Amino acid sequence: MSETLVYAQSPVPRRLPFSRQQMPLLATILVCTALYIGACVTFRGFFSKDVAVAFFGDNAFLGIAALGLTPVILSGGIDLSVGSMVACANIVLATLVENHHVSASVAILLVLAGGALFGCGTGMLIHFFDLTPFLITLGGLFALRGGALLISTDQIAITNDTIVKLTTATVPIGFGVQLPITAATFIALAIVLIFVSLYTSFGRNVYAVGGNEASAVLMGLPVGRTKVLVYTLSGFCSALAGVVYTLYTSSGDATAAKGMELDAIAAVVVGGTLLSGGVGQVIGTCVGVLVFGIIASAINFQGTLDPGWNRIVIGGLLLAFIILQKIIQPGKTGHA
Amino acid sequence: MTTAPLDYAPPPPRSPRGIPLLVWPILVLALLLIFNFFFTPGFFHLTVRDGRVYGSLIDILRRGAPVMLLSLGMALVIATGGIDLSVGAVMAITGTIAAALIVRPDDSPLAFINVTHSLTLIILLSLAAAAIAGLWNGLLVALLDIQPIVATLILMVAGRGIARFPTSGQIVTFEHPGFEFLGTGGFLGLPFPVTIVVVVAILTGLLTRGTALGLFVESVGNNPKAARLAGVSSSRVKILVYVFCGFCAGVAGLISTADIKAADFNNLGLYLELDAILAVSLGGTSLSGGRFSIVGALIGAVLIQTLTTTILARGVPEPLTLVIKGMVVVLVCLLQSEKFRSRCKRLFKRGNS
Repeated sequence: MSETLVYAQSPVPRRLPFSRQQMPLLATILVCTALYIGACVTFRGFFSKDVAVAFFGDNAFLGIAALGLTPVILSGGIDLSVGSMVACANIVLATLVENHHVSASVAILLVLAGGALFGCGTGMLIHFFDLTPFLITLGGLFALRGGALLISTDQIAITNDTIVKLTTATVPIGFGVQLPITAATFIALAIVLIFVSLYTSFGRNVYAVGGNEASAVLMGLPVGRTKVLVYTLSGFCSALAGVVYTLYTSSGDATAAKGMELDAIAAVVVGGTLLSGGVGQVIGTCVGVLVFGIIASAINFQGTLDPGWNRIVIGGLLLAFIILQKIIQPGKTGHA
Repeated sequence: MTTAPLDYAPPPPRSPRGIPLLVWPILVLALLLIFNFFFTPGFFHLTVRDGRVYGSLIDILRRGAPVMLLSLGMALVIATGGIDLSVGAVMAITGTIAAALIVRPDDSPLAFINVTHSLTLIILLSLAAAAIAGLWNGLLVALLDIQPIVATLILMVAGRGIARFPTSGQIVTFEHPGFEFLGTGGFLGLPFPVTIVVVVAILTGLLTRGTALGLFVESVGNNPKAARLAGVSSSRVKILVYVFCGFCAGVAGLISTADIKAADFNNLGLYLELDAILAVSLGGTSLSGGRFSIVGALIGAVLIQTLTTTILARGVPEPLTLVIKGMVVVLVCLLQSEKFRSRCKRLFKRGNS
C-alpha cells in the first residue's frame, strides 16, 4: 500500500530526447564547441582548415591510445601501460627499420602483433588470477619503459623510404582538405570502435562486465573472454599509437610519451566515461581528445601564457566533468 | 576525564591462512640481502668518515627516504579504501615553492614573500602548501564523494602545471646550506633524510597505533556504513588521512629538492606515486583497504630501493631495473592472489599423486 503511494507521489520524469547517461557526452560536446567558437573569436586565424586538421594530426597518437583505453575503462578496468607501450613500439619500430633493415610493412605488423600479444598476456593474468588491473598494468608500465630504454637510449632518426613517404602521405576527404595519415588512422579507428561498441555482442559484453561483473557471470556472458579481449585491444591500440607517433616525429625515442597514460585516462573521463566502468561512449573519447587539442592550440595561439596552464585547464575540466557525473548519477561510486 | 588504556590491540594484517603477511616482504628482503652478502663485494661494508657512516646499506636508506615517506602517507590513504595519485605532483609543487622562497626570482608570483632569512618559515610555508594540496584531495573524496583514483588524478594532472608557477617555468638552482642539510646533512652519523623518516614513522605509529585513530582509519576502509553507525565520522577521518599524505609528500619533496639543489618541476617525484603504491602493496597491504601496516609500508619501500641498488651494483644497464621492477610487481601480485595459490597447490598435489 505504502509502496504504491510513494510511487504515485514520485514525480513522473519528463521525457528528454536523450538518456541521462548521455548527458556527460552532450556536456563534453557543448564544452568542445564552446571552446572552439571562443578560440575562433579570440584568435585571428584560428578558424581555418589547417588548424582544424592539426587538432586531429597533433593528437592522433593520444587519441588512438585513448580510444583503445576506453573499452578497458568501460569494462571496469584500467591500463597504465599505455604511454610505455607507445614508447616501446616507437623504439622497436625505429630499430627494426633502421638497424636491422626489416621492411617497413613487416616491422609495423610485428610491432602491432607484439602490442596485441602483450595486452593479451596482461588480460589473461588479470582474469585468470583475479589480479588488480591497476598493479598489473603498473608492472607493464615499468617493464615496457625499461624494455624501450634497454633497446636504445639514443634517439634514432628514421631514413627508411617507406616510412618517410608515409609521414608526408595525406588522405583527401573532399572540400580540398588533405588529412595526414596519422589523423586518418585516428578517425578510421574511431569509426570502427564506435561501431564495435554499439552493434556487436562484444561491445554489449564490455558494458555488461563493467556495469556489474557478477551479474554478467550469472547471465552466462563470456566475461573472461571479454576481459582478455579488452586488454588485447588496448595493447594493440597503444602499439598502433606508437606507430603513428613514429610517423609523426619520424624518429625513435625511448623516453617518448612519458606520463601519456594519464592524459589518455583524462581524455576518456572528459569524454564522459565513468572510471568505475559500465557507463560511457567511445565517441565521447574522441570529443575528449579534441578538447585537449583545442586547449593546447589555443594556449599556443595566445603565446604569452605559461604552458603550465594547459595542464591546469585540463585538471579543471576533469573536475567539472566528474562533478557533473556525480550530479547525474549520484548512486554510482566505486573504490580505487 | 581519564581514558582507560586500550586493552584491545589490533591484530597485524593476516592472510586468510593465518600467516602474518609481513613474513613475505621480510623474506624477500632477507633473500636479497643474503644474495648481496655472497655476490656483491663490500655490500655490508660500513666506513666512518667525519663522524658519518657510509656504505651501501646506508645509501639504500638515504635514497629510499622519499619513497618511504610517501608510503607512510599512502598506507593510511589505502587503508581507508582510497588511493592518492597526486603525491608526485605534490612533491614537485612543494619543491618549487621552497626553491622560489629561497631564490626569490623577480618574476615569481611568490616574490613578495620575503622569508629568505628564515629556514623554518621556508619549510613551514612549503609544507603548508603540501597540506593544502592534501586537503583539496580529501575534500573531493570525503565531501563530494568522488572516487579517490579520479579525485587525485585531477591534482596529478594539474599539479605539474601548478608547479611551474612558483619559479615561473624556470628550473631554479640554489645555494642554501641550511636547506641543503635536509637532503645531504647528517645526524648521529646517519643521513638526515633517514632521521626524518624515523621521526615521521614513529609519530605516525604513535598516532595510529597508540590511539584509536588507526582503528578509525581501518574501520572506514573496512565498512564505511558500519563505521558511521559506530560513530566514526568517515569524512573527517578521510580528510585527515589525505592531508597527512600530502604532508608526507611535501616532506619527501623538500628532501629531494634539497638533495639536487634545484627545483625540477618536470621530473621531481615523477612516477614516485606508483613506487609508493607499490611499496604499500609489497608490504602486504591490500589495495582494497581496511588494513594497514606502517612497518610493512617501510619494508616495502626499502625492498624496492634494495632491489634497485642490488641490480645496479651488478653493473647491469639501469633500464633493466625498470624491467625487473615490473616483473616483481606481477610476481608479488601473483603471490598475493588466492586463485594463483590454490591453482599452484592443486598442481603440486597432482604432481605428488
